[in-house]
Amino acid sequence: MSEFVRPLSKEEFEENFSQIKPIMNDTEAYLESSRCLFCYDAPCVTACPSGIDIPLFIRQINTKNITGAAKTIYEANYLGNTCGKVCPTEVLCEGACVFNHQNVKPLEIGRLQSFSTTNAIERGVELCYVREDKNKKVAIIGAGPSGISCACELRKEGFEVDIYEAKSQPSGLALHGVAPYKITNKEVLTEMNYLKNQFGYKVLYNTPIDSKDKITALEAKYDAIFIGVGLGKSKSISIKGETNINVYGAVEFIEKLKLQHQEVFLGKKAIVLGGGNTAMDAASECARMGVGSVVLAYRGSEKYMSAYAFEYDLAKAVGVKGLFNTLPVEILEEKGKLVGVRFINTAYENGELVAISGTEFIEECDMVIMATGQSKKVDFLAWIDHLSLDKESRIEVNEKFQTTNKKYFAAGDAVNGGAEVVNAVSDAKRAAQEIKVYLSK
Amino acid sequence: MSDLSINFAGIKAPNPFWLASAPPTNSGYQIMKAFDQGWGGAVWKTLGVPVINVSSRYGGLDYRGTRMMGFNNIELITDRPLKDNLKEIEEVKKHFPDHAVIASLMVETREEWHQIVRDVENAGADGLELNFGCPHGMCERGMGSAVGQEPEVIKMIVGWVKEVAKTPVIVKLTPNITDITVAGLASVQGGGDAISLINTIQSIIGVDIDNFVSYPNVGGESTNGGYCGPAVKPIALNMLKNCAQHPYINLPISGIGGIENWKDAVEYILLGAGSVQVCTAVMHYGFGIIREMIAGLEQYMDQKGFKTIDDMVGKALPKIKTWENLNLNHKVVAEINNSKCIECQLCYTACEDGAHQAIGINKEETRVPYIIEENCVGCNLCSLVCPVEGCITMKRKDNGKEVITWKEKTMAGDVPTTFDDERAGGAGHHVPKPADALKK
Repeated sequence: MSEFVRPLSKEEFEENFSQIKPIMNDTEAYLESSRCLFCYDAPCVTACPSGIDIPLFIRQINTKNITGAAKTIYEANYLGNTCGKVCPTEVLCEGACVFNHQNVKPLEIGRLQSFSTTNAIERGVELCYVREDKNKKVAIIGAGPSGISCACELRKEGFEVDIYEAKSQPSGLALHGVAPYKITNKEVLTEMNYLKNQFGYKVLYNTPIDSKDKITALEAKYDAIFIGVGLGKSKSISIKGETNINVYGAVEFIEKLKLQHQEVFLGKKAIVLGGGNTAMDAASECARMGVGSVVLAYRGSEKYMSAYAFEYDLAKAVGVKGLFNTLPVEILEEKGKLVGVRFINTAYENGELVAISGTEFIEECDMVIMATGQSKKVDFLAWIDHLSLDKESRIEVNEKFQTTNKKYFAAGDAVNGGAEVVNAVSDAKRAAQEIKVYLSK
Repeated sequence: MSDLSINFAGIKAPNPFWLASAPPTNSGYQIMKAFDQGWGGAVWKTLGVPVINVSSRYGGLDYRGTRMMGFNNIELITDRPLKDNLKEIEEVKKHFPDHAVIASLMVETREEWHQIVRDVENAGADGLELNFGCPHGMCERGMGSAVGQEPEVIKMIVGWVKEVAKTPVIVKLTPNITDITVAGLASVQGGGDAISLINTIQSIIGVDIDNFVSYPNVGGESTNGGYCGPAVKPIALNMLKNCAQHPYINLPISGIGGIENWKDAVEYILLGAGSVQVCTAVMHYGFGIIREMIAGLEQYMDQKGFKTIDDMVGKALPKIKTWENLNLNHKVVAEINNSKCIECQLCYTACEDGAHQAIGINKEETRVPYIIEENCVGCNLCSLVCPVEGCITMKRKDNGKEVITWKEKTMAGDVPTTFDDERAGGAGHHVPKPADALKK
């Protein structure tokens, strides 16, 4: 049983979704930074996809040079504040901390990172010097983590940057997809606002690039284009009943919850289908929204779930029950009302997952969340000439993040098929450097 | 069961833990509270010439999350009237007849010394401590460390005090002097019954880099103060050793400087202290720290089989020699316990940049470093920087038999004599080529 009562007010929502990595105060940050060993060739840096010089910024915190710490972070990662809160640090920097070898609690690197960047943002610390105008214009499609990161780096190099964003707010999944207990909307948007003020790129909101004509117009206006569109809607798994009104795609469910908070009305018993990190988030969120019973159903066994162990632990901690080796066969309806899911048990035979006949059973519920992956934005990508996709419909790029259409560069989920914010930020920054090389030819 | 009681130069106390003359002994109230909690003695905050104090008075030196590993003050001797202090000494002695109450004193003229000695002895003080150490404020008026830096003046004033004193006289020495044994010897010559050391070290604790003024800040200005706290312990231990080993300073020594726990106290006693005095630790944590100090000392003594404090005093002194008498053949090299290593590579970078390039890493295979034994000079640095207890140890490599010292070699005419003498220790020892430093 979940221990959360359905939140009815903003305060109750915030209590149910209290931050698992709250911002440190000065004393906590100082004491925590004092624990750092300042390893040689530190493993935490190697483990960080954006290669932040972690021992350096921790040392800067320890010597009360908080501005310097924030600069060290932003130099490597433009979403330094957001990443400090939403990164799976347990498997990245903190997972690599040498203290783990001694069963000593690793440094809270993520929280130290958020501490120093929050401090810098609040004080409006000037981050960098924008180089001389290069008289070249770059369009960025999508104001998500990759688009924003690419924009900052290009602006730093002196390029003019316009970002085209279909939605009314920036940051993509950081705002619309990350669980509310990892970061608040306000925190995400504050960093977005700070970066925009620091780097001076333009964002055109509510401006989807949704036709071939618009693509053609962009190509005429800009010297290079960066695609940071991420992924599309939740994927269908083609089972009977999945069109019921109480069947939600995980991405859409999370987005709705992120934007409407306690106004979202949920059922009494939810089944979440899937075994990835998004499934864990969706299940946790249901539990924190006061859904009495939340079952996470995964077709394979627990150890084959793609979710990080700590994410499943988070879900379990709020009362989510795991159901493994259960393949959904049909979503059951009675007079249009969702009443349950028929599952069949599975087993691995020669490495293949197979259903075991005669093991069907019904798990009652009044809502289903399908966290079974996101679709690719293939319609949009088809409008761009000579743009090749791989067999999983991811954009093909070379080592320079350049697509098969030389004018286009791409990074983030649309290229890697769905990874962490930090991967998108890091790759897009490198892509911006390649755009610079491309445009200086 | 061990007996913690002491008889220090004739001053008896239930244990060797005394409060040093300082703010924690400013009043009878504080001293009674301390005795009640277990302190064995107290040296009253220095009584003497009238003063006025400033505010603020203290500065702290923090280190990586630890507050006050060093501490400095510009407070003067007591600013309370003498008659109040005398009345309180009397009262404390009434309640605690078996505890040591020592009056710290600082006045100028012979007459003043005579008068104040009689006053405090009449009030019931068990002993006297002459403050020849205060390195701020008072020294500008020709007292405190100004006295402690002049052996002739030490001798003279100790002599004045001894003319009237009926109780034991402890001379408190300043470390702000080239050779503390000179002051120790002057104390002996003046007729002192014991010495205590060290007083604080003249210091600037730090600078406010925003306002360009050092600490502590007195209305936008500052002055040098006296440094104490855990950071000064090594300096004090060395001065203690110097006096304790001196052939003509055969006086009991009360050890002072950075003592915070039982282990600190044991170190002082092993180097020759018959009692220990504590100030900064009490100013930081209060009188309650005495519980841990007494319990720890008792346990140590029981474990080691010491019956009395006297059994321990100076126990480590015979093994402190001059450098020339150390065994040049003793050879140790570092050994890394791979299963304990947490792969921080601090030993690698410390040895590589700060010592003898005797630790290697092999990036491809593991982050656990390895010792290049032929380059290792056995300096210890790696084991000191290693954050894991017992991971890096120094293993003995010599045969343990032949002992040869610099002194013996000198006498045998077998020491390097020219700058390029091949007999120098480092001749032929591996060092990388300078240009190797630039290889990426």
